[in-house]
Amino acid sequence: MSFFDTVRIAFRALLKNKMRAVLTIIGVVIGIAAVTTIVSIGQGASKLVSGEFEALGTNVILVFPGQTRRGGARQSGAPTLTTADADSIGTECPAVLAASPIVGTAGQIIYGNENWNPKQMQGVGQDYLTVRNWELEAGGFFSNSDIESNAKVCVIGQTLIPKLFRTVNPMDEMIRVNNVPFRVIGILGKKGANMVGDDQDDVVLMPHTTVRKRLNGSPLDNVGIIMVSARGTNQMGEAAKQIETLLYERHEIGPSEEPDFSVQDTTEIAATLGIITGTLTLMLSAIAGISLLVGGVGIMNIMLVSVTERTREIGIRMALGARGKDILRQFLIESVVLSCIGGAIGLLLGTGASMCANVLINIYKPGTDWPMIVSVPAAVVAMGFAAAVGVFFGYYPARRASKLDPIDALRYE
Amino acid sequence: MALIELDDVRRVYDLGEVKVHALRTVTRQIELGEYIALIGPSGSGKSTLMNTLGCLDRPTHGSYRLDGEEVVTMNRDQRAKIRNKQLGFVFQNFNLLNRTSALENVELPLMYGPRVSARERRDRAMEMLGKVGLADRYHHHPSQLSGGQQQRVAIARALVNRPSILMGDEPTGNLDSKTSREVIELFRELNELQDITVILVTHDQNVARNAKRTLVLRDGEIVEDTIDFRLAKAALEHDPALEE
Repeated sequence: MSFFDTVRIAFRALLKNKMRAVLTIIGVVIGIAAVTTIVSIGQGASKLVSGEFEALGTNVILVFPGQTRRGGARQSGAPTLTTADADSIGTECPAVLAASPIVGTAGQIIYGNENWNPKQMQGVGQDYLTVRNWELEAGGFFSNSDIESNAKVCVIGQTLIPKLFRTVNPMDEMIRVNNVPFRVIGILGKKGANMVGDDQDDVVLMPHTTVRKRLNGSPLDNVGIIMVSARGTNQMGEAAKQIETLLYERHEIGPSEEPDFSVQDTTEIAATLGIITGTLTLMLSAIAGISLLVGGVGIMNIMLVSVTERTREIGIRMALGARGKDILRQFLIESVVLSCIGGAIGLLLGTGASMCANVLINIYKPGTDWPMIVSVPAAVVAMGFAAAVGVFFGYYPARRASKLDPIDALRYE
Repeated sequence: MALIELDDVRRVYDLGEVKVHALRTVTRQIELGEYIALIGPSGSGKSTLMNTLGCLDRPTHGSYRLDGEEVVTMNRDQRAKIRNKQLGFVFQNFNLLNRTSALENVELPLMYGPRVSARERRDRAMEMLGKVGLADRYHHHPSQLSGGQQQRVAIARALVNRPSILMGDEPTGNLDSKTSREVIELFRELNELQDITVILVTHDQNVARNAKRTLVLRDGEIVEDTIDFRLAKAALEHDPALEE
C-alpha cells in the first residue's frame, strides 16, 4: 500500500471518531505548547541578558573589597578598598580607560513638599560617567575640586524629575538628602531599565567624599566598589591583570597570600547569568516535557482501544492480503498523524503564548526588550519531537495489531 | 498437477489438557474450475478445512500444495500474498468495512497487492461492481445496502484481484431465500462462464445441490466425496451413532 493511501486511511479512521481524536490530541497540544513557550521565553531571556551587558558596556570591570571567591563562595570581609586605590587604578594601569569609586547610601530626598526614595543613591568619582558610558542631558558633573571639598552638589536621573519637580526645571534647585541640602548641577540622560527590570534612571549621584563624610558619617577612607572600564573589550583580561598586580602591590600582599579584594569583569557575570538562565530553561522544559509524555501515554491508550475495537477490520484486511507490516504501518501512521496534528496546534499555541508573554511583560515593564520568538529550529525540533512521541507510543499498539491471528481477528465480536 | 493437493493434512488444536483433532486426515485433490460444496454437521471440521484451504490457517501435519507451491512451510507474509493474489473470500456476515463506500471496499485487495495506480484501482473496482450489478451503488456504505447487495459487494471484492479460487463460508447464511438464489446463480455463472474454482462451506442444501461436487465431513474426516448430491445427502443424514 502506498504511503499516501496509508495516510488517507489514517485520516479517515480518525475522522470516524472525531471527539476521541480531539481529546487525544489535546494531550500532545498541551505538551508541545508548554515546551515551545518555555524554550522561547528562555531563549529570549538569554538574549536579554547578553543584550543588557552589551548596553552596560562590555568593558566594565568591578573591583570588590575584602572578598574571596575560594571554592565559588564569596565572603564579604573588611572594607579594604580606598579612594586612593581607585585613583591609582585610573592613572597607573595602561589598559584602563577610567575608574571610579562607588559609595552607596540610602535615604529620602525632599524638594518643597514632595519626597522620594530613589533606588540608587551613590557617591561616585568624577570619571563615573566615562566608566558607565553615560551622557549628561543638561548641566555639568562635579569636578575634582567638588570632590576634594566635599561639595554638596548632585546629579539626578530622569525618573526624579516628574517625582519631585513636576514642571519646575531642576537645574540649580536645592534638594535635601537626608536633611542635608544639595544643589542639583546636572541631569543624566535616559538609560532605561536594566536586565532585572530595575529603573536605572531612578538615581542620585553625589561626590563620594560628600556621601561618606556628610551622609554616612564614616571617618574611614574606604569605598564600596571600584568600577573600572577597560580601553576595549579585547583589553579586559589585560586590565584585570594590571588591576590585580597593582592592588597586590598597594596592599602589600605576598604572592602566596590570599588577596583582600576581588576583580570581576562583567563578561564573566554575563556568562554565569547565561548559564543560570540556560539551566532554568532546561529544567522548565523538562517539566513541560513530562506533560508531553503524558500526552504520549494518552495516544498509546487510545490506540490500544482502537486496535481492540477494530480487531475485525484487521482480520478482514488480513484475509484480503494485508501483511503484518501493512497493519503495523497503518496504525503507526495513525498515531503519528495524531501526534503531528497535536504538535502543529501546540506549536501555534506556544507561539501565541510567547507573543502574549511579550506583550504582558511590556505592559508590566515598558521598554523591556525581551525577544520571545519561536525560532525556526525550535519549531522543527518541536514537530520532530511530536512525531517521535507518535512513533514511540504508537509502536506497541500497532505491533499488537500486526501480530493478530487472521482467523481469531475475523471471529472477534 | 491439480490446483489443490492435500496430502494427509491434519489440524490439532492444543488446548493444554486436551488435544482437539479438528482434521484427522484429509488427502484430496481439487482441479481448476471445480465447484465444490463442503457440508457436514457442526464441529465436523469443515470450517477448519476451509481456513486451511484459504491459507488463513496452517495444518499441523501433512502437505498442502496450491498451484504447485507448498503452503505449510510458508511464513505469514507469504500466505498473505497468496490470499491476496490467488484467493477471494466471501463470508456469512459479509465482512465489509463499515462507513466505507462499496467502491472502497472493493478496492481494498488492490491496495495490498502489487502497486496499482489510484485510477486503475478505481476502474477495476467499478468494473467489478458492474459485473455484480451494483455499478450505481458504488458510493453507498454497507449500512445503506440490503443483505444481498452487501454480499454482492463482498463477491466483487473477492474477485477484483482475479483470483483462481473463490471461497465462501456460509455465503447465503444471512440472506433470505430470494437473494440466496441470486447469489447462488452468481456463483454458478462465475464458475461456468469464467472458470473460477468455487469452494463453499454451507448448511444450505440448495447451495450444496448447486455445486458439482460435494465433500461430506464428519469428525474431521471426509466420509463422502461425490458428484451425486443424493449420495452426499444420504451420507450427511446417516448417523453412525444410530447403527447396530
